[in-house]
Amino acid sequence: MSTPDVPTRGPARPGPYIAAGILLAISILVPLFVPAYSIDQPRLAGMPFFYWYQMLWVPITAAMVGVSYRLVTKEDRRRREVARGARTREEEQ
Amino acid sequence: MSGLAVPLATTGDRPVNGVALTVVVVLFILVAVLGFFAARWRAGKETGLHSLDEWGLGGRGFGTWVTWFLLGGDLYPAYTFVAVPAAMWATGAVSGFFAVPYTIVLYPIVFLLMSRLWSVSHRHGFVTPADFVGGRYGSRALTVAVALTGIVATMPYIALQLVGIKAVLTVLGLGSAENVLLTDLPLIIAFVVLAAYTYTSGLRAPALIAVVKDLLIYLAVIVAVIYLPIKFGGWDNIFGAAQTKLDAVSPATGKPAGVFIPGAASYSAYWTLALGSAMALFMYPHSVTGVLATKSRNTIRKNAAVLPLYSLMLGFLALLGYAAISAGTKPIDLNGAVNPQLVVPQLFLDNFPSWFAGIALAAIAIGALVPAAIMSIAAANLFTRNIYRDLIRPDADPRQEAKVSKIASLVVKFGALIFVIAMDQSAAINMQLLGGIWILQTFPAIVAGLYTRWFHRWALFAGWVAGIIYGTVAAYNVVNPVTKANFGGSIAAVPGTNVQVYIAVVAFAINLIVAAVLSLVFRAMKLPDGKDITRNSDYGADEDDPKVAQLQREYPLGETGGPAF
Repeated sequence: MSTPDVPTRGPARPGPYIAAGILLAISILVPLFVPAYSIDQPRLAGMPFFYWYQMLWVPITAAMVGVSYRLVTKEDRRRREVARGARTREEEQ
Repeated sequence: MSGLAVPLATTGDRPVNGVALTVVVVLFILVAVLGFFAARWRAGKETGLHSLDEWGLGGRGFGTWVTWFLLGGDLYPAYTFVAVPAAMWATGAVSGFFAVPYTIVLYPIVFLLMSRLWSVSHRHGFVTPADFVGGRYGSRALTVAVALTGIVATMPYIALQLVGIKAVLTVLGLGSAENVLLTDLPLIIAFVVLAAYTYTSGLRAPALIAVVKDLLIYLAVIVAVIYLPIKFGGWDNIFGAAQTKLDAVSPATGKPAGVFIPGAASYSAYWTLALGSAMALFMYPHSVTGVLATKSRNTIRKNAAVLPLYSLMLGFLALLGYAAISAGTKPIDLNGAVNPQLVVPQLFLDNFPSWFAGIALAAIAIGALVPAAIMSIAAANLFTRNIYRDLIRPDADPRQEAKVSKIASLVVKFGALIFVIAMDQSAAINMQLLGGIWILQTFPAIVAGLYTRWFHRWALFAGWVAGIIYGTVAAYNVVNPVTKANFGGSIAAVPGTNVQVYIAVVAFAINLIVAAVLSLVFRAMKLPDGKDITRNSDYGADEDDPKVAQLQREYPLGETGGPAF
């Protein structure tokens, strides 16, 4: 049972993937680096740094994932159009 | 049994809060009606709910909004709302606040992995993670290993949702130290209703109910986070009280009661707990169910950018554990012992008008029903696809699959109910702790498979065995310093060192090393590799890609796996 491997997407351009990869790597590694934030001062509205700094990373990560989403889906759409174009040409021949 | 006629009269030490109880009951009935109504919501026109795609995955058509609510209810279950603040209240940051970095690093990981799983599953009609492993590696042993791990890890998770409901019921005064059956009666009623609407409506029920639950929970948390600090003299005071409590040296152990801000010795425990939990979460069948129910490849990625709003809420909720310290909340259970799990329900009941406390308590109770439904559906799908169909009835048609899955969902739920009623609560917590360690051992098979076929199927199987054994033994050897009981926690030293880390992460490393080394060995021995029915192009397929439906017609799923052993 072998199926023809019909490409769903054209070849990738590395740029958007590298950029998204860097953003995602930052948002995984930085919040896990505990020595950077296991301190009490400076406090924000009475909250120790340890607590508000980690909460602050929630929206930061969300924003970086959001940017990655834009980058990757845009490239995804382009690759899909390339694949679709190639298929239509094949069918016409 | 004579007390059955007048249940409220026999309650022991706790008075029944009539107003709060009424609010909870009314909201519960509303939600139950919604659950049954969900069967008609976006129902499949021709087939009704008679296939796993319809019953077990809600028609595979949830868009960004529904997915946001569904996954919010799925990934942040009621037990989290009860357990995280409880951990903060009892022992502070390392066992409680790690939930924040955990739910931060979760989303980049989801972003990277889950759309590939979505694409290949969409193309081949996979319903469970074990379906994918079967299609990728053609190994029945590995498929069953992944499926069993998923089922076993999910069961105590469902049981813990019941523990969450139980905490709410106890605080409301529905419970009696003398009559165990009576104490559990409201829980049993709630669960029968849950089982009934999950049976009729499938995944659509929790998806619809999740919307109501989220509105309630956001309302409760936002009001509490603004009002309580004002009431208790600002965050300064709250953190001051927490620091005093956690730094106090416990006479039983000679160590501080908890951790306010982790010192250098707990860094590794803190980050490995966060990372290990984040990696494990999307290996749980109920998370995968949520992902596969989405409409298109990138729905889950978009959600990875908006779901962190729940993490923010969880962070504030965790801090309510500290607010309870400063408020002097006394979480006394029916037997007179301190039960940290009651902290948040008690905090709401003590500090808010009854009707508002009722809303908050209802949010927690309903918040338990949503994930319990999804988890039982996910476990039932695993049983149906990877045990019933793969091992017992390979020619099962979609209608039979849906039927088996519906019944399995009932069995799973009642199993969890018996778990909670018959056994000690700590049994559920211990099993859940083990479940987290075990489920991470399916990571190499599932995730590596999304990117490469380099690993040999038997090497992955051996790695899974090694990881499970190490994880179980290491968890058993952790002794609670106060009670001297085994399974006292999820942190242990890396073998041969003093570095304290999350056991699951070490087990995962062992798993990966075994899988990699044996892959080389088995390749050199030319041990037969399984049949891979997936194609490179499958991993990038989207909803409207050609060949999806055609592929399913030409290559029905019954052939998944090929020759097995």
